[in-house]
Amino acid sequence: MATVYAAYAWLVPTLPLAAFALLTAFGRSLRTTGAWVAITASLGSLVLALLIAGERLAGAEDYSQSFEWLAFGTATLHIGIDVTSLTSLMMVIVTVVGFLVNVYSYGYMRDDERLTVFYAYVQLFLASMLGLVLADNLLMLYIFWELVGVCSFLLIGFWYHKPEARDAAKKAFIVTRVGDLGLLIAVLLLFWYMPGHALDFSSISNVFGNDGGTISAGVTTLIALLIFLGAVGKSGQFPLHVWLPDAMEGPTPISALIHAATMVAAGVFLVARTFPVFEASPEAMTTVAVIGAFTAIFAATIALAQNDIKRVLAYSTVSQLGYMMLGLGVGSVVAGMFHLFTHAFFKALLFLAAGSVIHAVHTQDIREMGGLAGRMKITAWTFGIGALALAGIPPLAGFWSKDAILAAALEKDPLLFTVGAVTAFLTALYMSRLFYLVFAGKPKDGSHAHESPAVMTVPLVVLAALSVIAGFVETPWYGGFGEWLTGESARHAGYLAMIIATAAGLLGLYLGWLIWQKGTIDRKALAARMSGLVRVLERKYYIDEFYDLVFVRSLRGLGHMLRRFDALVVDGVVWLIAATAQAVGRLNTRMQSGQLQGYLLAAVFSVVILVLAMAGRRLW
Amino acid sequence: MTLLGSYLTLAAVLFCLGLYGVLTKRNAIVVLLSLELMLNAVNLNLVAFAKYGMIPSLTGHIFTLFTISVAAAEAAVGVAILIVFYRRRVTVNVDEFDELRR
Repeated sequence: MATVYAAYAWLVPTLPLAAFALLTAFGRSLRTTGAWVAITASLGSLVLALLIAGERLAGAEDYSQSFEWLAFGTATLHIGIDVTSLTSLMMVIVTVVGFLVNVYSYGYMRDDERLTVFYAYVQLFLASMLGLVLADNLLMLYIFWELVGVCSFLLIGFWYHKPEARDAAKKAFIVTRVGDLGLLIAVLLLFWYMPGHALDFSSISNVFGNDGGTISAGVTTLIALLIFLGAVGKSGQFPLHVWLPDAMEGPTPISALIHAATMVAAGVFLVARTFPVFEASPEAMTTVAVIGAFTAIFAATIALAQNDIKRVLAYSTVSQLGYMMLGLGVGSVVAGMFHLFTHAFFKALLFLAAGSVIHAVHTQDIREMGGLAGRMKITAWTFGIGALALAGIPPLAGFWSKDAILAAALEKDPLLFTVGAVTAFLTALYMSRLFYLVFAGKPKDGSHAHESPAVMTVPLVVLAALSVIAGFVETPWYGGFGEWLTGESARHAGYLAMIIATAAGLLGLYLGWLIWQKGTIDRKALAARMSGLVRVLERKYYIDEFYDLVFVRSLRGLGHMLRRFDALVVDGVVWLIAATAQAVGRLNTRMQSGQLQGYLLAAVFSVVILVLAMAGRRLW
Repeated sequence: MTLLGSYLTLAAVLFCLGLYGVLTKRNAIVVLLSLELMLNAVNLNLVAFAKYGMIPSLTGHIFTLFTISVAAAEAAVGVAILIVFYRRRVTVNVDEFDELRR
């Protein structure tokens, strides 16, 4: 089938960009209209992305288009787009969640004064994210990579009058910067080592795809690890995960869009996009798998003890991103991307439902919530579906994708599989805790919670439907998704992984039900018995304190020293130069008395000296 | 040749007197007078060289005549400026001639 719509793929990021330009130009004068402009633009992108994906499902060829941007020496840099199954899948994810979040924000942010600014930022983010997805070379991807980072910064700090939001925005920007530096170095190394300085993904996969290519194993591992460092920063993997939970200071739709479904998944996407580099280096693959598995279980334990509804979800996101990395690390792009695909829907759903709850009760502390199920039926139902999907209960979406990852891990290494299965248990446990504490039990006194308006609940219902059905594209019996994405399926023979994962999930839910709903296990006694552990989990393993002690303080000390050096030495030299010039000038003004006779005397003396000099030279 | 020497000595003495006057006197009229003295010292040199120099010729005399006439014109202009200045500032004190500095 011919490519019809793929040729217009460049329009997908351009539409939100145009909306951004429009909103920035006309600003406050378009209060209500502004939201509609944004929603229309994202709807346009969504339709086009769906058309492109549909065309590809019908078997269209890959499409790419690029033009020369800069040429210097023997190297040229290109700007271009690449429409493959991977990129069109990401486009669909980004535009679906983006569109729904745009609609939802119209309800959630209605009373905010800077509504148009908010929409402008969101459009800029969508444009950058879609550009990142479509980019056909690593340099262009890097540019958009930084742009989404900027948008994330702007949106986390959107309520900049709150000091926590400002701090969180700065933290997010600085911590991800560490990873971005790795990615930048990786791009430079690739530029240096690649034949012909090519940076486009097809050349990269050609060069690294053939074993024993032109690039040595050591350099390959280095490049892969540096790319992974970029992904670690963006996707909140240990040890750079610290910014993601703090990023929850931003508006909740942003948490759903950027910090759950799309931008944080960019790291996973990056690894999938440059997968040939990783495949060429077994060490890098092992690193990805181990970091992913460790992050998954590490963040899941922290999520157990958090009391802020959004923070629980944030740690859950970190944990699930770890899952995706684990899937990639054990060699299955299909499993990783499949989990990214399903996770985007149910995690966006969970965040938006949490936003609906926050909108109703005006607090984020789950200890102050309870009994909301009766008053917010749609929110409770959709949140429940999302939680079950996240916990990996069949036949919801999360079950299939988690199963794909665990099966791939089991083939590779039983230890990684065990970690994954324990994480699945913990995931079910903290999700049941969240659900029961927020929605079950008795309503708190004096709460006037009520269901959110339709503009917020409809996106919830749509996402809930997607969370139910999205998993069926790839099951152990049907490998359509995998075949479409990479030509190979994640289908597997054994049911061991599936049974264990389901058992772990159900056990987690049952235990959660016992603790937080039925009360068979007294949670106060439990917490008292393990008070040390609870404290460590509540303080997130003291990672923030550790970073503060090791990096922040030492850097601040260095900063103070440098400032003193600047004040004393650098400023001193400058001051000295200025003072010298001033003194010379003052001397000269004294000589310029305006007295004619003084000038004349100077002239006479000069002539005398001149004559003496000339006469003296002759005598010598 | 001693005669030339004495002329030159006289001219040098006159020149130095004039220079001293120009540099030290505060009255602008006296400064102008001293300037004339310096010019005349130069004239004396010219005439002396024309008469007793290595190649005696008329050039020195003619040049002197020119100098005298130009000096007269210059003195006229100078005094005219002085008068204008006096009208504005009611002083002929050279120390106060510092318009350029302001």
